[in-house]
Amino acid sequence: MNIFRRIVTSYKTGMLHRILSSFSGSLGLVLITLIVIIAIFAPQLAPYSPTKIDVTNRLADPSFEHPFGTDQLGRDLLSRLIFGSRIALLVSLPAIGLGLVIGILLGATAGYSGGNLDNALLFFFDTIRAFPPLLLAITIIMLTGGSNLLVLIVVLGITRFPGYGRLVRAQSSQVSKKEFVMASEAAGSSTPRTLFRHIFPNAIGPVFINAAMDIPVMITFAAGLSFLGLGVPPPRPGWGRILRSGYSYIRTSPWMVIFGAIFLVIATLGFTFLGEALRDALDPKLKKSPQLQ
Amino acid sequence: MAQYVIRRFMTALATIFGAMVLLFIMIQFMPGNPATILLGPRASPEIIASFEEKMGLNQPIHIQFGKFMFNVFQGDLGKDVLTHKPVRELVFNALPFTVVLAFSGMGVAAIIGIPLGAFAAAYRDSLLDKITGILSVSFITMPSFVKAIILLLIFAVTLRWFPATGGGEPGNVLDQLYHLVLPMTAIAIGWIGYIARLTRAVVLDELTEDYVRTARAKGVSERKTLYKHALRTAMVPVVSFIGVGFGTLLGGTVLTEVVFNRPGLGSLIYNAVRARNFPVAEGGLIIAVFLYALVNMFADLSHGLIDPRIRTE
Repeated sequence: MNIFRRIVTSYKTGMLHRILSSFSGSLGLVLITLIVIIAIFAPQLAPYSPTKIDVTNRLADPSFEHPFGTDQLGRDLLSRLIFGSRIALLVSLPAIGLGLVIGILLGATAGYSGGNLDNALLFFFDTIRAFPPLLLAITIIMLTGGSNLLVLIVVLGITRFPGYGRLVRAQSSQVSKKEFVMASEAAGSSTPRTLFRHIFPNAIGPVFINAAMDIPVMITFAAGLSFLGLGVPPPRPGWGRILRSGYSYIRTSPWMVIFGAIFLVIATLGFTFLGEALRDALDPKLKKSPQLQ
Repeated sequence: MAQYVIRRFMTALATIFGAMVLLFIMIQFMPGNPATILLGPRASPEIIASFEEKMGLNQPIHIQFGKFMFNVFQGDLGKDVLTHKPVRELVFNALPFTVVLAFSGMGVAAIIGIPLGAFAAAYRDSLLDKITGILSVSFITMPSFVKAIILLLIFAVTLRWFPATGGGEPGNVLDQLYHLVLPMTAIAIGWIGYIARLTRAVVLDELTEDYVRTARAKGVSERKTLYKHALRTAMVPVVSFIGVGFGTLLGGTVLTEVVFNRPGLGSLIYNAVRARNFPVAEGGLIIAVFLYALVNMFADLSHGLIDPRIRTE
């Protein structure tokens, strides 16, 4: 009984409760769980192989055999969309992870060191931010001579880290003026120790909220690149690529566009709701600043 | 203020310079040789050598960089490798399509978004507020190119009310406006959401301030308190948000332009990238970065003009 009560109390004071107590937060959690389950169990859930070509049955309307119809090569659209969820997550999440690692390392270094190194790093961040993100991504992919999963992750990470870096820098330059950092230095700690033990843990809260809010942005971004033919190469079924095929056949079979859009919007809406609930739960002060995509 | 303007101008110049250095470095690090990429793998060594000679690719890096910067500051962006037209001409032909699209999209978004946000704040927690909130998030979240495709499907393919693609007949303003409607709507929808949400949040914040209480205590009507006092102060962050958003749009209309086959800066760069037409892609990017930095600078300056605290930051 006692343990039960303790679980209830810890739930009520915890994050999950705060997220679930808002309608959009719970809706977000439900949608994301749905997408994650679809991505994990894609082989079990998909009625067909996403790459199985059946030219006799191309651009078929929705039917019992193919609930969402088929694409221009006769591939089952439902199966392709189900497998597409894997690519959406496999690109966006590692990209944000990469952006976070680089951003936190460089940002904390800038904020802690101050002086010339700080100015140089800030200038570096601002220079990358001077490029419109989508055009920067298109250029890098052009220069690397083609896209694959790794290139996409790196490119998307590059568009993210300057923003995170700036945020961490601002936070850590505040934190590094605090007494406990001085105490750590006075006690003879090495610079890495001060950074990793004292500055990071106190400076990275806001950047994680920002990163959570960036997940839908990155899913959109990856889908946009894949729509332009710069995503994960075929035959892997990315949502953007499916939308592109749908766009080419929009006059004869609009199903591809409609169902593709529904999947993409479920994912981005879910992550947006969850991200906002997370932000409101962790830091109500940030509530009024909407994000630019 | 003069000092602030100068400082902000120098920062903008430095960023543009830095971005150009970065662009030059990225091009140097490109795997493969630009000559073989452009001429194809079967080009003979003589052809490659004469091409490198012509493009100055056989000179030392610092000379190439110097020439690159010198030409850009003279307004020479190089020549299109396919048509041999000057890149500057191509970019400046495409630019109006992007600027008009970004400007009209943002304008419509502001005209609808600001009143919507103010109403939502005035009737907080009403049905109108809730519907605005849900619609805003949904429209913000839906990727812009998905909005563009859906609009295309409904209004161009199914209803045939508007033309599906192109920028309109050159010289025919009415036809160009007719071609603008769908892409503009695709862009405006999302920004209506952003602007409405921001306006609502800032107005609600302002309504808790002392001057609003004073106004109410003086007997100023609730309507006047909202529109003359709270909304007016709330405009400061909203206007600077719109400014920054406009800058974002100048480089962010690529997908909308591609969906509607609109001949703007975004589709120019994208098509150049696909065709491996580097001078055009490079020139387009330089102009995009330049405009982006310029608009951001003006947004900051106008913000500094309205709110003196910014200047001393």
